[in-house]
Amino acid sequence: MPVLTEDKLAGDIGVPPRMTPPSGGDGRGEPDSSFPVSSRQMATWLLMTGVGMLFAGLTSAYIVLRGVPTWEHLQLPPMVWGNTLILLVSSLTFDLARRAVKVDNISAVRKWLGLTAALGIVFVSGQILLWRQMTASGLLLTSTLHSSFFYVLSGVHAVHILGGLIGLAWVSVQAWKGRFSSISFEPLRLCANYWHFMGGVWLFLILLLVFA
Amino acid sequence: MQVQHATEHAHPQLGFWRKYVFSTDHKIIGIQYMITAMAMAVVGGLLSMLMRLQLAWPSQQWPMLGKILPVAFAGNIMDPGFYVSLVTMHGTIMVFFLFTAVLTGAFGNFLIPLQIGARDMAFPFLNALSYWVFLLSCIVIISALFVAGGAPLGGWTAYAPLSALGEASGPGEGAGMTLWITALGLFTISGLMGGLNYVTTILTMRTKGLSMMRLPLTQWSLLITAILGLLAFPVLLAAAILLTFDRMGGTSFFIPSGIIMNNRLLGNSGGHPLLWQHLFWFFGHPEVYIVILPAMGMASDILSTFCRKPIFSYKMMVYSMASIAGLSFIVWGNHMFVSGMSPFLGSVFTMTTLVIAVPSAVKTFNWLGTVWGARIRFTTASLFSIGFISVFVSGGLSGIFLGSSAADIYLQDTYFVVAHFHLVMAIAPLFAAFAGIYYWFPKMFGRFMNEFLGKVHFWASLIGVYAVFFPMHILGITGHMRRIYDPLFYEFLKPDQAMNVFVSVSAFALAAVQLIFLANFFISIFAGKKVNENNPWHATTLEWETPCPTGHGNFGDELPVVHRWAFDYSVPGAKNDFVPQTVPPGGEKV
Repeated sequence: MPVLTEDKLAGDIGVPPRMTPPSGGDGRGEPDSSFPVSSRQMATWLLMTGVGMLFAGLTSAYIVLRGVPTWEHLQLPPMVWGNTLILLVSSLTFDLARRAVKVDNISAVRKWLGLTAALGIVFVSGQILLWRQMTASGLLLTSTLHSSFFYVLSGVHAVHILGGLIGLAWVSVQAWKGRFSSISFEPLRLCANYWHFMGGVWLFLILLLVFA
Repeated sequence: MQVQHATEHAHPQLGFWRKYVFSTDHKIIGIQYMITAMAMAVVGGLLSMLMRLQLAWPSQQWPMLGKILPVAFAGNIMDPGFYVSLVTMHGTIMVFFLFTAVLTGAFGNFLIPLQIGARDMAFPFLNALSYWVFLLSCIVIISALFVAGGAPLGGWTAYAPLSALGEASGPGEGAGMTLWITALGLFTISGLMGGLNYVTTILTMRTKGLSMMRLPLTQWSLLITAILGLLAFPVLLAAAILLTFDRMGGTSFFIPSGIIMNNRLLGNSGGHPLLWQHLFWFFGHPEVYIVILPAMGMASDILSTFCRKPIFSYKMMVYSMASIAGLSFIVWGNHMFVSGMSPFLGSVFTMTTLVIAVPSAVKTFNWLGTVWGARIRFTTASLFSIGFISVFVSGGLSGIFLGSSAADIYLQDTYFVVAHFHLVMAIAPLFAAFAGIYYWFPKMFGRFMNEFLGKVHFWASLIGVYAVFFPMHILGITGHMRRIYDPLFYEFLKPDQAMNVFVSVSAFALAAVQLIFLANFFISIFAGKKVNENNPWHATTLEWETPCPTGHGNFGDELPVVHRWAFDYSVPGAKNDFVPQTVPPGGEKV
C-alpha cells in the first residue's frame, strides 16, 4: 500500500483507517476540508514555529550581549560534543523507527524507539553531568555572560527534550500495543519531526555558543 | 437554509459540571473566557478609578479608603508606591487579561468552529487546558495585589534594570514582580495553546466549499492574530526567562555594571537594560495588533450585516490585515526613540511605522465605503461598530505624530501617548468587543440583550470616552507626564489641574455607564427577550444556521456546505436582502 496515503488516513489510533472519508465529517472535520495537511501535522509545525521563536529570542539576546566589551568567551568542556553526538544519533535511530514502520516491521519499530528513548535519557543525563562538571571547575551560572547563556540555553533546550521524551514514551506505548502500521503512523512521524527539530536546535545552539 | 437540525443529539448529554465548568465545548470555553475577562475588566477598571482620584485631587484625604486599604492609604492619603503599582496592574490587566483574552480567547473560541462549519476546535482538550491555564494566570496576577510589598512598580512594560533587581529596587519588585512574571509566563503558555488550536482549526477544518477567500473577515482576523501570537509571545517568554534568571539566579543579562543599591555596589557586570526593551517591544508592538485585528474583523462583519451591503473591497481588507501583521514586526523601535538610539535607526523605524498607516487607511476607507449609501439598521451592535471606526481613526491619527521620531521626542511619556494608545488599542477594541457581545449574545444564550439599555450604553460611552481621552492630548502637549503621582508638584502643570479634574469626573461617569452594560448582560442571560429563530439579524455566515443557543456539536447530522462568500447582502434579483453562505447558486431567487 502506498505510504503517501498515510497523511490522509490519520484517524485516531486504534481505529481502523478509512479509505474513503465520510461526508459530513467525523467531528474532527478533516475529511471535509480540502486543506492538504492534517490537524496534527499542522499543530506540530506550529509548535515548532513557537519553540523556534523562543530560541530566536534567546539567540538575539546572545548576539546583542556578545557585543559588550566585557564579554569573556569560555572554552566549553569536550563532553559537550559527546552529548551532541548522542542527540544526533538518537535522531538517526528515530528515523530508523520511522523507516521500519513504513515496511510494517513493528518489532524493529519497538527496538529503535526504545533505543531513541534511551539515548534521549542519556543526553539529558549527560547535560546534567556537564553542568556538574562545569560547576566543579568554577564555571557557575553567574560567572560570566557566556556561562550564563550556556546554562540558560542548554537548560531551556533540555526542558524541550524532556517534553519530547514524554511524547516519545507515549508513541512507544502505542507501538508496543501494535497501534501503528505502514498506513497509520502519524503520531510517530510527528514525534520524530519534533525530535529532529530539537536536535537541529541543539546543533545550532552549540555552534553559537562555541564559535559565535 | 440547508441545515437547521436540533443539534443536541449529535453529542451525548453531559452533566452540569462537564457541560458548564470542565467543558471541552468551544462555545462554553469562549463564554468562560468572556466572563473571566469581564471580571478582570472590573478589577482593572477600579484600579484606574483610584488613579484618576489621585490625579484630580492629589492632596486630598480619603478616610473611607484609609479604612478599606490601610496600607495603600496610610494617613488617608494614597501612597506614591501604591499609585505606581496601580499603573502597572491597570496596564497589565487590561492589555493581557481583558483585551487579549476577550477578543481572541472569548470570540476566537466561540466563533471559529461556528463560522467555519466545524463541530469543535481541532484539539478540544488543549482548548480547555488553555482556558484553565489562563484562569490560573488571572489568579496569579491578582494575587500580586495582596502580597507583602504589593504589586510591581515597573509599569506593564517592566523595564529593566528596575524589574531585574528584586526587592531592593522597590517594595513591589520582590514577590509582586515574581508573580507578575509567573502570570505572564502562564498567560503566554495559555495563548500559545490557543493560537496553535486557532490556526490549525481555521486552516484544516473548514467545511466543504469554504475556501479561504470565502471566510468572514472575523475568521481572517483571528487567523492572522493567532499567527502573530505564535511568533510574538515566545519572544516575551524568552525575555521573561532571562529576567527570571537575573532576579533569582544572579545572572546579569539586563543588569549593567556599576549599579549601586542601598549604598552597595552590585557585582553584576556586562548586562544591557535596553536589551529588555528590544525583546519586550518586539513582542509588544505585535501585541497591539493582536488586540486590534480581531476587533477590525468583527467590526467589519457586523458593519456589513447592518449596512445590508457587502464589505467594501473584501480582498484588500484581507491583504491589509496581513500587511499590518507583517509590518508590526519591524516597528518595535518606535517605542524607544528616546533610548539613545541612533537618529538614523530612528528614521528607519519612523518610516516602517508610518507605512502601517497605509493598510490602516485602506481599511478605514473600506469601512466608509461600506457605510456609504447604506440603509443602516441602527442596532446597538452596529452603533458600536461605527463607534469603533470613529475611535480607531481618532486614536490612529495621533499615532502618526508619535511614530515620527522628531515629534515623539517631545511627546514621549506624556499624556498625549496615554490618549493615543487608550483610544486606538483600548477603547477601539472595547467598542468592537461590545459590538460582538450585543451581536452574538442571542447565539450564546438564546436571548437578546435589551436594545434600549444598549443604546444608552453606546451613546454615553461614546461621549464618555471622548470626554476622558480627548483632553489628555492637550494635557500631553502641555508637557503633562504620564505615570506621575502628583501633578501639583510641578508649577508648570498647575494650570492643567482643572482639565485633570474634568477627565477624572468623566472617567467616573464612563465607568458608571459600564454598570448598565454589566446589568444588561447578566440580567439578559436569564430574562432577556427570547430569540425565536436561528438568524435574528438576517446575516449570511454559518453560525446563524444553528439554533440560538447552539447545542453541543454545533450542527446537525450533516455539516453545512458553503456555496458563496460571507457578504451576499442586497443581491440584485434575490428574494431576500441576504443570502446565507449555504444557499447554492441560483437558490437566492427562490
